[in-house]
Amino acid sequence: MNDTQTKSEKWSWWYLLFLIQFVAVLWPPFYNKVDPSWWGIPFFYWYQLLWVIIGAVLTAIVYFATED
Amino acid sequence: MQDVNWTALIVFVLLFGFITWLGFAAAHWRKGDLDLLHEWGLGGRRFGTIVTWFLIGGDLYTAYTFIAVPALAFGAGAIAFFAIPYTIIVYPILFLAFPRLWYVCHKHNYITAADFVRGRFGNRWLALAVTITGIVATMPYIALQLVGLQVVIGGMGVSGTGYAGDLPLVIAFVILAAFTYSSGLRAPASIAIVKDILIYITAFAAVIVVPIQLGGFGKIFAAVPTAKLLLATPGANTTGAYGIYATLALGSALALFLYPHSLTGILSASSGHAIRRNAAMLPGYSLMLGLLALVGFFAIAAGVANLPENAEGFKQFGNNFAVPALFLHSFPSWFAGIAFAAVGIGALVPAAIMSIAAANLYTRNIHREFINKNPTDREEAQMAKWVSLIVKFGALVFIVFVPSQYAIYLQLLGGILIVQTLPSVMLGVYTRWFNDWALLIGWAVGTVAGTWMFVAANLTPNYPLAIGGFTFPGYTALYTVILNLIVTIVLTMLFNAMNAAAVDETVAADYRAQ
Repeated sequence: MNDTQTKSEKWSWWYLLFLIQFVAVLWPPFYNKVDPSWWGIPFFYWYQLLWVIIGAVLTAIVYFATED
Repeated sequence: MQDVNWTALIVFVLLFGFITWLGFAAAHWRKGDLDLLHEWGLGGRRFGTIVTWFLIGGDLYTAYTFIAVPALAFGAGAIAFFAIPYTIIVYPILFLAFPRLWYVCHKHNYITAADFVRGRFGNRWLALAVTITGIVATMPYIALQLVGLQVVIGGMGVSGTGYAGDLPLVIAFVILAAFTYSSGLRAPASIAIVKDILIYITAFAAVIVVPIQLGGFGKIFAAVPTAKLLLATPGANTTGAYGIYATLALGSALALFLYPHSLTGILSASSGHAIRRNAAMLPGYSLMLGLLALVGFFAIAAGVANLPENAEGFKQFGNNFAVPALFLHSFPSWFAGIAFAAVGIGALVPAAIMSIAAANLYTRNIHREFINKNPTDREEAQMAKWVSLIVKFGALVFIVFVPSQYAIYLQLLGGILIVQTLPSVMLGVYTRWFNDWALLIGWAVGTVAGTWMFVAANLTPNYPLAIGGFTFPGYTALYTVILNLIVTIVLTMLFNAMNAAAVDETVAADYRAQ
């Protein structure tokens, strides 16, 4: 390995924000239910649609907090 | 037999005419020398954040998606919504791995994933495996776009007996082939902008207008049978529908950006920054996809399956007819024409990008590697143009002569196959630790096991994995890529202990902004 390796990988703790959305949407027991419904839409559906927006916001936060 | 809906058809043809002109005019957009492969096949890597957003959005959220996801909701219910967690978690993956791939590909003028693997691991056979997997996974995907096109053409009442019935499809495809040949990636990039705007208009109109007509979301969901409303709660000793749902989402997310057409979209961006920004902006499409999935439930509530005028369509296209039937039922004909044009044009954009991606793969990683090692730039670009034609006509012949169900099976299998390139491509951008032959053997094991499980599960992508009396039904792609990784890691340790690795032509600094 040459010395360029040393300054390459900058791990950022901000990346952990991504984990939140993985957990929130990959564990169906969290959201596989009808109530509370919103505007007549069962929880199952509006919860996941809401996470599309939250996920985009989290990604934007990581984008501004880190550099490539 | 259904009558031809002339108003819808005229709107459709007008919009189609417009994008045909646009596709040819695109050759002059951000003009470059189309005799260079990276100009023809990657649009000169000059697309900024916004164009990339339209291009990747138009590329990934295909016509077939817009037909098939609501159709799955219509037929099977809640399970169709796996598309939402799938398209949520795919963007962190895009954000973390793919800017690095962009940088290294830009630096070394790599055009395909196989180019990268060839350079990174120095093994032409591993690169060939990545190439063949990419082409095999892409071909049925192109054919599926035609299924989407067929459904909307059928929805307008255009039909015929025998092969005459396929004439509109053939015309659309000749147009597609011609502008892809002449303009390269610039054609789908410019058309994607029109297509995406039309799709957004259609989706939001549907989600606002139809619930008002049907008396609100409460009434719509009340009309959905209870069994379809939620995932079935798993019984004892199994992860049941929960496991299927989560593994489908995760496995699909891991596979998505390994598809050649996804990578073509990524590599055509002007910077790694544009890709990072897009990871936060592309969820706009996921939101729309989620709303469109609900349209499947609208179709249930509107009872379109029981209307006599739809009998023919459902007989011919099955549940895929649910969305066109609902649009015809709920909207005036001119707006149905716009919606159908959105889906129809939405078929051409990914089909064009997929054929370009397959052509790039053949040209770079088969022809140049094994047949003509020193082509001129012009010969290379010309070869890719011809191959893009061959690929498209192959897909057309397939869809005209073979039942479309086979294209669907092959596309499902394609997802299982493409994910096997994950260790060499997606993990390859992080580490050179893997041994090239270990990667190749891991790929082979994953491919064979995945194909076997797919067949064993009666041509479905979910395999009931049984471990000690406990059953984990889940997406074969996820199970087999884990197997692939285990084999690769074990063999790497073995091979690395035996001898030195092949040459890596990239260095760590190539993987980030300079």
